[in-house]
Amino acid sequence: MKIGRVIGSIHSTKKYPTLKGYKLLIVQPIKSNMIPKGIPIVCVDTVDAGREEIVYYVEAKDASLPLKEPLTPSDATITGIVERIDTLKENLYKK
Amino acid sequence: MFIGKVVGSVWATKKEEKLKGMKLLIVQHYNVDMTPLQDFHICVDLVDAGLNDTVIVARGSSARQTVQTDKKPVDALIVGVVDRIDLNK
Repeated sequence: MKIGRVIGSIHSTKKYPTLKGYKLLIVQPIKSNMIPKGIPIVCVDTVDAGREEIVYYVEAKDASLPLKEPLTPSDATITGIVERIDTLKENLYKK
Repeated sequence: MFIGKVVGSVWATKKEEKLKGMKLLIVQHYNVDMTPLQDFHICVDLVDAGLNDTVIVARGSSARQTVQTDKKPVDALIVGVVDRIDLNK
């Protein structure tokens, strides 16, 4: 799993039937030191994440496992909202 | 998934048996602020997207997670047509 920041949302009415009812969010992947990494991706949201929240998400085929229908074409799914990140030395993030 | 724009279609008569009947579209990658990126994918279309539509594409084994593409040689699939993108700013 990886962490990222929710930077926006996508509205789509014409989508694959098993994806209906799910919110699609734009997530900017970040490194552990909270610096953005790469270009933003689109994620299916299962935990009702809000804007600017730090979330963790699963990628690849595993991304369809948290969803209700077994055959759902998602390659990135948000599975949790991060409350705090601690390392041995310091507290990197606190909500 | 990534965001892209449909820039063309692929016509093939001689193709893998399992891919017959599937619509193939050329999708150019775009950033969320709609700046084009220099990358293209040929995608199977199941949502009836058209030319110039902004679409969402699933890649890799996730593209085979549908009834129509299950166990077929597909690694990029258009899963939705974008109506609106809202950014925080």
